[in-house]
Amino acid sequence: MSTEAPTPTSAKDALAGTHHMPGKESADRRQVTQGRWAYTLLAPTLILLGVVILYPIINAIIMSFQKDSGLDPATGFFTEGGFAGFENYTHWLLQQCGSGPALGPCPPGTLGAQFWDAMGTTFFFTIVTVALETVLGFWMAVIMARAFRGRAVIRAAVLVPWAIPTAVTAKLFFFMFAFDGIVNKLLGTQILWTGSEWPAKWAIIISDVWKTTPFMALLILAGLQLIPDEVYEAAKVDGASAWQRFTQITLPLVKPALMVAILFRTLDVLRMYDLPAIMTGGANGTTTLSILVVDQIRQGLNNASALSTITFLVIFLVAFIFVRFLGANAVDAATTGKK
Amino acid sequence: MSTTTATAARHADAPARRRAFDWAPARTYIQAGIILIWCLAPFYWMIVTAFREVGYTFDPTPFFTHFTFDNFATVFDESRGNHFARNLWNSLIVAGVTTVISLVVGVFAAYALARLKFRGKSLVLGFILGASMFPGVALITPLFQLFTNIGWMGSYQALIIPSISFSLPLAVYTLTSFFREMPWELEESARIDGCTQGQAFRKVILPLAAPATFTTAILTFIGAWNEFLIASQLSNDATKTVTVAIASFSGAQPHQEPYTAVMAAGTVVTIPLVILVLVFQRKIVAGLTAGAVK
Repeated sequence: MSTEAPTPTSAKDALAGTHHMPGKESADRRQVTQGRWAYTLLAPTLILLGVVILYPIINAIIMSFQKDSGLDPATGFFTEGGFAGFENYTHWLLQQCGSGPALGPCPPGTLGAQFWDAMGTTFFFTIVTVALETVLGFWMAVIMARAFRGRAVIRAAVLVPWAIPTAVTAKLFFFMFAFDGIVNKLLGTQILWTGSEWPAKWAIIISDVWKTTPFMALLILAGLQLIPDEVYEAAKVDGASAWQRFTQITLPLVKPALMVAILFRTLDVLRMYDLPAIMTGGANGTTTLSILVVDQIRQGLNNASALSTITFLVIFLVAFIFVRFLGANAVDAATTGKK
Repeated sequence: MSTTTATAARHADAPARRRAFDWAPARTYIQAGIILIWCLAPFYWMIVTAFREVGYTFDPTPFFTHFTFDNFATVFDESRGNHFARNLWNSLIVAGVTTVISLVVGVFAAYALARLKFRGKSLVLGFILGASMFPGVALITPLFQLFTNIGWMGSYQALIIPSISFSLPLAVYTLTSFFREMPWELEESARIDGCTQGQAFRKVILPLAAPATFTTAILTFIGAWNEFLIASQLSNDATKTVTVAIASFSGAQPHQEPYTAVMAAGTVVTIPLVILVLVFQRKIVAGLTAGAVK
């Protein structure tokens, strides 16, 4: 993220400025008044976001350093509340249950023992779905970019999966993946899709890919449409093969749009909740970090706060890596001006 | 131009696009057909099942058979513990109020971000964008406690406030991208032509900004309407929204997943959205992709 607004000073802005108040000093003053005016306009949004996001987050961080009082589900001992230090964090990260003399590794089956599995599942879902969506989305975008009769129909059709609520998508695919459902009938298989580990994972991945590939395809399509036809024509003239044209023109030119699309989707899958919660309830190795947090809420809010803070930090870290090292700059995309 | 002819000759064996008999268009149509089926088949299957008798739930016939409206009756049947009409109303209130607040507040921020020059713009935009990517679970835990303490559990505001956390950033981001593209110099021209500032705003800026704002409203509304995680944790029977209701549906027989009724409920929830999306297709695509490509 750049620190200074990379807003291109368009000629008309400069003209408008000098037209009313010529001279450098007044231009500076104008900038200051604009700044004040800007923050007045931004104030409601920033205050509201502060209330609905910063307040809960700070609260969660404070809570995460408190002990949950009550019976510890793992040890059966009664725990007093009070300051917990990093105990809630070590509970998840090192999978240690109980406190004081009763501190020990979490028994299998408890939520504490599931942290790293949930982390693995979340990243597995993220990598597989984003990879599939990128490839499928690119393919769809390339087809939709072609000029053919009925193109409008395809462009409308891809919006249908996007518009369907995820909860409905989950139920729909739960039905299609039922034992007697249409998927088993079409494939001639007898797979317990949502009832065994790997099929359950794939059922969720397929549902997510179905629902969100259109979003990816539309973003990539928007990127493709910015590439002028002449560039391809020129490359053809120079004897570039279709593959060369794809790797040396399309990919580099679409890359900014593609990276933003991948960033959005990655951060979205990292917090995946609806699909596994409804399709499997997190059973059979489909518990994501978000599901684990929600399960933990019932067992102790302070511990859940530690887990949700960890989840938030993980997502923040991934976003940071994307923006810093992979050049997915959504901020610049919105602040820099025209095409 | 002469080089083009030369290349065409050189690539005579390669499939050339503009020949009537070559295979390129056919290949395009086949692939377009696959996309069409992939996108629409599950949706079609939901509708077919929604209109099917319960006894034929798993009938694989790919068109309407054993047609019935019973499933829709089940969906709205209060004696079975389904309060779908109320769920629809709840969703409408929560998504509607969330959208109105996000738009009213966000439009000012978007104007500032798109039009004004000020220090820290990237920082503000980064914060807003970061907010939209914020995981819902990180909000739920503290809000769960807060709302329990102040007795807000099961109130509309308990659902609307967390929804704003993702819909307001989305609204600001989309509106900012739209506003950047608007021909603001027309405002200046109108002033030069003798319009007052108010007239210039009313007659020039408002008609230009209205479609952008409307599109953003649709996107925000769909986002809030589809929300599940927050509603599933912070609502009760009185404020349960449709997405939560669909996930926990009671059918005709207990202990049996009421597939046909759930598909009917899904159809009721989805059809208005699909119509909305198809009618405003171009605007929605513009809104979805605004900001990502520049």
